[in-house]
Order: sequence, then C-alpha cells, then structure tokens
Amino acid sequence: MTIKVHGSPVSTASMRVFACLHEKGVPFEFVPVNLAVGEHKSEAFLSLNPFGQVPALQDGDLTLFESRAITNYIAHVYADSGNQLICKDPKKMAICSVWMEVEAHQFDPASSKLTWELCLKPLFGMTTDDAVVAEFEAKLGKVLDIYEARLSKSKYLGGDSFTLADLHHLPNMKYLMPSKAAQLFNSRPHVSAWAADILARPAWLKASGQ
Amino acid sequence: MVVKVFGPVAAACPQRVLACLLEMGVDFEVVHIDLESREHKRPDFLPRQPFGQVPTIEDGDFRLYESRAIIRYYATNLEDKAVVDQWLEVEAHNFNDLVYTMVLQLLVLPRMGDRTDFGLVQSCAIKLEKVLDVYEQRLSKSTYLAGDAFTLADLSHLPAMRYLTTEAGYMHLVSERKNVNSWWVNISARPAWKKVMHLMA
Repeated sequence: MTIKVHGSPVSTASMRVFACLHEKGVPFEFVPVNLAVGEHKSEAFLSLNPFGQVPALQDGDLTLFESRAITNYIAHVYADSGNQLICKDPKKMAICSVWMEVEAHQFDPASSKLTWELCLKPLFGMTTDDAVVAEFEAKLGKVLDIYEARLSKSKYLGGDSFTLADLHHLPNMKYLMPSKAAQLFNSRPHVSAWAADILARPAWLKASGQ
Repeated sequence: MVVKVFGPVAAACPQRVLACLLEMGVDFEVVHIDLESREHKRPDFLPRQPFGQVPTIEDGDFRLYESRAIIRYYATNLEDKAVVDQWLEVEAHNFNDLVYTMVLQLLVLPRMGDRTDFGLVQSCAIKLEKVLDVYEQRLSKSTYLAGDAFTLADLSHLPAMRYLTTEAGYMHLVSERKNVNSWWVNISARPAWKKVMHLMA
C-alpha cells in the first residue's frame, strides 16, 4: 500500500484528508497518532511534520503535511480515479481555488472556534464560553450570508459540481450540526440544502466513520 | 489585455499578487481602493469581492479574488506542485496570522486611534520564533522553501516579511537565524519585488 496517513479520527484536518481519499477511492493505511499523549510532538512525528500537527501523508518517497495541500495533491495526482474533485479548465479551477481560500480564511477560523467551544471543550471537561460563542456565531453568520448568495446562483461553491471547495467544509460542519450552531446553517435555505447534500455523500459517511 | 488589480499597492495581499504578476511578466494596472475611507466595504465594491477585502482582479471578463487563488492561477509553471502547495499552506496557516496580528496591533490600530495590545504582540512574537525555527531547519536543507527553485511558496511571504522586518521592527527574528536571513536577503532582492516596492513609494 503506497499511501499512509498519520492522523487522528477526531481531528478535523485529518478528516478532511480521509474524505478526499474516500471520494477518490484511493486505498490508504491509517496510522493513528495519539494526540492525548502528545504523540504529535514526538521526534518521530516531527520528522513528518515539523509543525507537530496532524495529518501527515506519505506516498512512496513523498511526505506532505497541511491538509489542504494533501487534498489538492490527491485530487490532482489521482484525477482519473473515483469522483472528480477538481476542474481541468484553468478558469474553472481558479474559481474553485477562490472558494478553497474562502473556506480556509473566512469559514474555518469562525467554525473551528465554535467547534472548540461547543463540541470539544465539553469532551475535555472544560466550560463553554458563551461570550465567545456569541461572537463567533455572529461572524460565521456573516460568512454564511455570502454563502447563501453564492449558493442561490451555483449548486456547489466552485460551480456545478462537488469539488474540494465543498469537501473542505465537511469536518467542521459534522461537529457543528448536532450543536446549537446548526441554526446558522438551517436558517439559510440554500446553505441548508447544500450542507444536507454534501454531508450525505457516501464517501463522507465512510470517512467520518458513520 | 491588461489585468486590473483592485487594491492599494501598500497592502500586503495586493502586493502578493503584484509580485506574482511581475515575476510572470503579466501586464497589469492597479486600481486604487481606499481602505481608510472603507471603499472596500461599499455596495459598489462588494459585487467584486463579497467579503469586502482586497485584492480582486479583472482579466477581461474573468474575475477572481483571494490572493493565493489569484497567484495559483497566474503561476502556471508549478513544478512539484504538492510541495509548493504545502509551504503556501504553511504561510497561510502558521505564519501569516501571527504577522498580521502583530502588524495590525503595532501599525494599523494606532493610526486609527486605538491602543496597541503589547501583550498580544509579544505572545505572537514568541510563537513566530518557533515557526521561524522550523523554517531555519527547512532552509538548511534547501535554498528555497519548496526546493532549489524560487516558487509561489517563497513569493507569498514577501509582503508580510517586509512589514515584519521594517515597519514593525522585528528584523532581529530574521537576522538571528542564518538560513532564514539568507533566504530573506535573497528573495527580497528579486527585481520583481523591487518593482512592487517602487510602486509603493
């Protein structure tokens, strides 16, 4: 088996990579990294990602880290396998790229903060900070207003087909949908329909262990 | 056809795009957007960039925003794309937020009549030192971040590195690290980057 993914099943960044591999139908070996005992800061792991973050991927001689670089690599190199996640036309790919950047710079900061406060802190016995939740729900709401406008004109964020631009959102959405933050998505009809569509994809259900 | 770049030449994200267009020899025209008067938040700008940010480009009837999406579109000679992408992601997620926060606190807020949070600047600087330690190690193995050639991964750092080492006064973080220092001296001396600086003057 040529591809190894070092990561954790609870890590949103790791889930992003699993989602991509399942969409492409590319076999891989999962190597668990125990975050609770700080394995991601061990020398062995730092040799894979010197920033000490999961996931990291090995494909033969190539080692990569940063989940969005990994998904882009897989989607390009394995373009002919499984579901298409990128666009061949440079202009269409550029639009897809725009929305990948939007996910990374606009959606992820706010949604990650909410995932931490609403979903992860309780798991670690910590108390949710309601003021932070209110602040970031407002920020995410503004971002989703723009998504609502975009998705009223386009079936998926990058265009007519599901691509990495949509896929990158799945892990944080999975955490937030069972929480009170779900109303941010559900109160916006096009966002709600898009979210329901992509969260129901068979590859995502496999990748997220559902 | 000349590419129109909307944004002030002094801002970091438009500079990322200008550096790339100059490297690629693509002709462009800058359309100044006045951030201080909040031109980027006005209803006539938002159709170009719904998040109200600069830069955005117009190439004939093709429009794009997000500086790293724009540079990926124009830089077509992407060898070892995966490794370039990796270090672009590092710049975006590990490096940029820290420098952005420092520059915002030290340079932008005082101009707007707000107070600098020096504690925040210091904690960012401490984190940034750890990030630059990783860069130091990386650059001991290759001349540029993604390998032996200058790529978008290096280019993407230019605007924030310049703000960090000059106006924000944190040059010592770079000069104390031999390989990072050589890399910075090297990439900031590129003719295309010097032209961006000239536009800013």
